[in-house]
Amino acid sequence: MADITNQSLNEIIENVKTKKVSSTDLTKAYIKNIESAKKLNAFVTTTFDQALDKAKQFDNKPNFDQLLPGIPLAVKDLFCTENTKTTAGSNILNNFIPSYESTVTKNLWNDGSFLLGKLNCDEFAMGSSNETSHYGNVINPVGDQLVPGGSSGGSSSALAADLTPATIGTDTGGSIRQPASFTGTVGLKPTYGLCSRWGIVAFASSLDQAGPMTKTIKDCAIMLESMSGFDEKDSTSINKKKEQYSKNLKDNIKGLKIGIPKEYRVDNMPKEVDELWEKGKKILKDLGAQLIDISLPHTKYALPTYYIVAPAEASSNLARYDGVRYGYRSKQGKDLIEMYEKTRSEGFGDEVKRRILIGTYVLSSGYYDAYYLKAQKVRQLIKKDFDDSFTKIDAILTPSTPSSAFKIGEKTNDPVSMYLNDIFTVPVNLAGLPALSMPAGVDKKGYPLGLQLIGKALDEQKILNIGYAFEKNCDFKNEIKKWWS
Amino acid sequence: MSLDKEKIKHVAKLARISVDDAKVESLTKDLNSIFKFIEQLNELNTDKVEPLTSILNQSLRSRKDEISDGKIREKVLKNSPKENDEFFVVPKVVE
Repeated sequence: MADITNQSLNEIIENVKTKKVSSTDLTKAYIKNIESAKKLNAFVTTTFDQALDKAKQFDNKPNFDQLLPGIPLAVKDLFCTENTKTTAGSNILNNFIPSYESTVTKNLWNDGSFLLGKLNCDEFAMGSSNETSHYGNVINPVGDQLVPGGSSGGSSSALAADLTPATIGTDTGGSIRQPASFTGTVGLKPTYGLCSRWGIVAFASSLDQAGPMTKTIKDCAIMLESMSGFDEKDSTSINKKKEQYSKNLKDNIKGLKIGIPKEYRVDNMPKEVDELWEKGKKILKDLGAQLIDISLPHTKYALPTYYIVAPAEASSNLARYDGVRYGYRSKQGKDLIEMYEKTRSEGFGDEVKRRILIGTYVLSSGYYDAYYLKAQKVRQLIKKDFDDSFTKIDAILTPSTPSSAFKIGEKTNDPVSMYLNDIFTVPVNLAGLPALSMPAGVDKKGYPLGLQLIGKALDEQKILNIGYAFEKNCDFKNEIKKWWS
Repeated sequence: MSLDKEKIKHVAKLARISVDDAKVESLTKDLNSIFKFIEQLNELNTDKVEPLTSILNQSLRSRKDEISDGKIREKVLKNSPKENDEFFVVPKVVE
């Protein structure tokens, strides 16, 4: 049979079900790919022996009724995996071996899949290029020296390079959608509360959501179906029935109203991004959707709001890394306070320290009202913009990112220019809405670009359907030459 | 407003992160450019806006106050950088 690893998850599942490939052979094929792709640096940890054991167990006693029968999956190293090291891309967790499993990964394993390895990411998911990881830069398979996006950069790189049939990431301000856009893949950030946050290393708890990263929309529906669901252990988990996203996938979008927000046409946006947006609008219109101009007037304030809210929550969440109960401890430090200070100084990288300091400052006495309270108020206005628009439309179409993948080192000296990468993705996190990034074309350098579909809260099925129809009618094909092996 | 080196050292102290003098300079530059960006929010009048404290339409659930696990001291201590079988160990606090 032809190389199975360049097929979609859905095709692979069919091949397993019809016994064209065993779980063991499938797993071996991915292991071979991973071993010849060390240059990409997508993995922090591999669990090959364990994966082969699980594959063998499956082949001996297969259950083909499961959603992910015998499928090996690599996941972002932000999900705690029982007895497998979980680093969050940080030196401070370089020896942390959880004694529990995150709910989201447990859901995936319960549907028949198993762990292939842990994928590199920006430290504590803070970054847009995977350059803040303690475990080194990840390379985008699209081109040598290109960043894979971030923070789920190991996930996007591994997926695009056929090192895993599908994967999962987390998205606090764009960390699933931006890397998906940079690698020509599909990424979905679900509604806040749809996927449990239990067992995921926390960054900013009111914004963090786990979601699927896949090669196709159908794959995305399958993965979301498996990973989502109510969890008692997450106090913000939404208590509702599990949806069958893949079974209910439809490509008829006739009559749907698609909002086009004028505020997403920003200064200095490359012409190609604008052209791609036009192309997307035309495809949806030709499929019978109705385009409606809308306004989300507070869009430009989303990023400044995010850079108060997210660091504030991070500074609080990351207070737990003190070198006492788990993780790295500095050998220096005469007393307790000095031990804390040295541990945190040696354990955290520069970007994480910057954000902890921003967060500590905006929450500190005398500054709380001017920054944090102000940001919470603006967040209300941003959410209201979406609420008002969604009374007249079904979904919103925008570009996913203001540019295609950039070179390693290109933006590391200017934090604000790095932050601007997330200008189109951040508003959605602040409003808690679902959003999908789907590949739509390439720029003049041949690098992929994505378009974003934003839905109402819990309207994942609708944006998946629109994406499904779009995918069938968009001539995009991700052609990556395997230059690294 | 602008952040000076002293202020940054103070915030670092609050955050329990030691910062070398050599690093304070670049940190001051970076944080000031970030705060300049953040302060765009001051253009907006938000006097009559309620702060958003939760994006969920539901209120937080409460659960019964009962023990659901326990007796896992080994597991809890397993990842500790220093322990003595029963406790986490820290540098001496009381003279």
